[in-house]
Amino acid sequence: MIDVEVTVNGRRYRETVEPRLLLSDFLRGRLGLTGTHVGCEHGVCGACTVRLEGVAVRSCLLLAVQADGAEIVTVEGLARNGALTPLQEAFRRHHALQCGFCTPGILMAALDFVERYPMPTKEQIADMLSGHLCRCTGYTPIVEAIFNASREGSA
Amino acid sequence: MKPAPFSYLRPETLEEALDALAEGGDDAKVLAGGQSLVPALNMRLVRPSLLVDINRVSELGDVVSNNGRLAVGATVRQSNPRLLDHPLLAEALPHVGHFVTRNRGTVGGSIAHADAAAELPLALLVSGGSVRARSARGEREIPADDFFVTHFTTALEPDELVVETLWPSLHDGWRFAFCEFAQRRGDYALCMAAAVAGDGELRVGLGSVVDRPTLIEVDPDHPGESAAAQVEPWGNVHASPAYLTHLVQVLVDRAVVLARERAVE
Repeated sequence: MIDVEVTVNGRRYRETVEPRLLLSDFLRGRLGLTGTHVGCEHGVCGACTVRLEGVAVRSCLLLAVQADGAEIVTVEGLARNGALTPLQEAFRRHHALQCGFCTPGILMAALDFVERYPMPTKEQIADMLSGHLCRCTGYTPIVEAIFNASREGSA
Repeated sequence: MKPAPFSYLRPETLEEALDALAEGGDDAKVLAGGQSLVPALNMRLVRPSLLVDINRVSELGDVVSNNGRLAVGATVRQSNPRLLDHPLLAEALPHVGHFVTRNRGTVGGSIAHADAAAELPLALLVSGGSVRARSARGEREIPADDFFVTHFTTALEPDELVVETLWPSLHDGWRFAFCEFAQRRGDYALCMAAAVAGDGELRVGLGSVVDRPTLIEVDPDHPGESAAAQVEPWGNVHASPAYLTHLVQVLVDRAVVLARERAVE
């Protein structure tokens, strides 16, 4: 068993875990942060994407022990006091989610993506979205939401 | 809990990492970016007794230009912008996985994993690159053509660690192209071809349709046709041998034309 200390959405946690515990299961099962979804659990679907030190990563492909000392942001860390972020607002406006299963992962990936590529083309957004499976929307509204949020400045 | 139990070590120096591998023997696995290893752990396709996590070994994290070669440390992520200094890496990297997996996946890990359908091993081979491997016993440089043995199999000994991959930038006037066909963006390619052209010379390599990245001699006037005549793809659930052979012809021609066009510019 190994001690892990992480900061998630600004709050500090200290837990003792088995090395084989995945970060996704740690966030959901230990910390109760079930906004991070798990779909395929082998890195294909993108639903479990979170930001580790600002970088979007698959939490199902990281061990919780690897995050020791790190700062993590999950989808629960986005809205403040019920007020959606501009990207979340754009998702609502463009009807970029239906069941919402893939949405947390896409939001966390898109935030990192738009920070690094501030004015992405729709083609670049579609390429980024190749790492995220959505079975409801047909993707077009998601591309629109990310495209428009990136043009409005702060995503 | 998806993976089977294992012990976990997180060394902070190269020496500690090499000692851990030497003690771990055949059953130890190196954890770099984890974008191939962790899925295999999750599906219990592999059950190592020990994981040696090299992510905090600081001396493995640099990209350095040295004697016309780009030396890429073992834990450098595929998203590192300095990799784009190498023309063939710049061509191949957008095909590797997805935005989020490139954030974590490493160049060294992909090379050491040696998936026959992975882009970076083919790119290293066609660049004329090599691998610097180290163990507690010493260090050696292994040319890419000797390093890749077959699917998921390399010339590495169990106690050896890829400390860096070396990417020659070749001469001025040489131009690169990398072409592949995958059913969906980011999927494993059904077939891929890389070409280097310049000074009247031509170097062509193939991936996915062979058990390891492979250099082939092509007829400069009919590169695709001559390449297709040299391979016998097995075929798979997605594509027949005849279709894969057709892809070899098309992608080799495409890569050669692209590299030659760039060489003229």
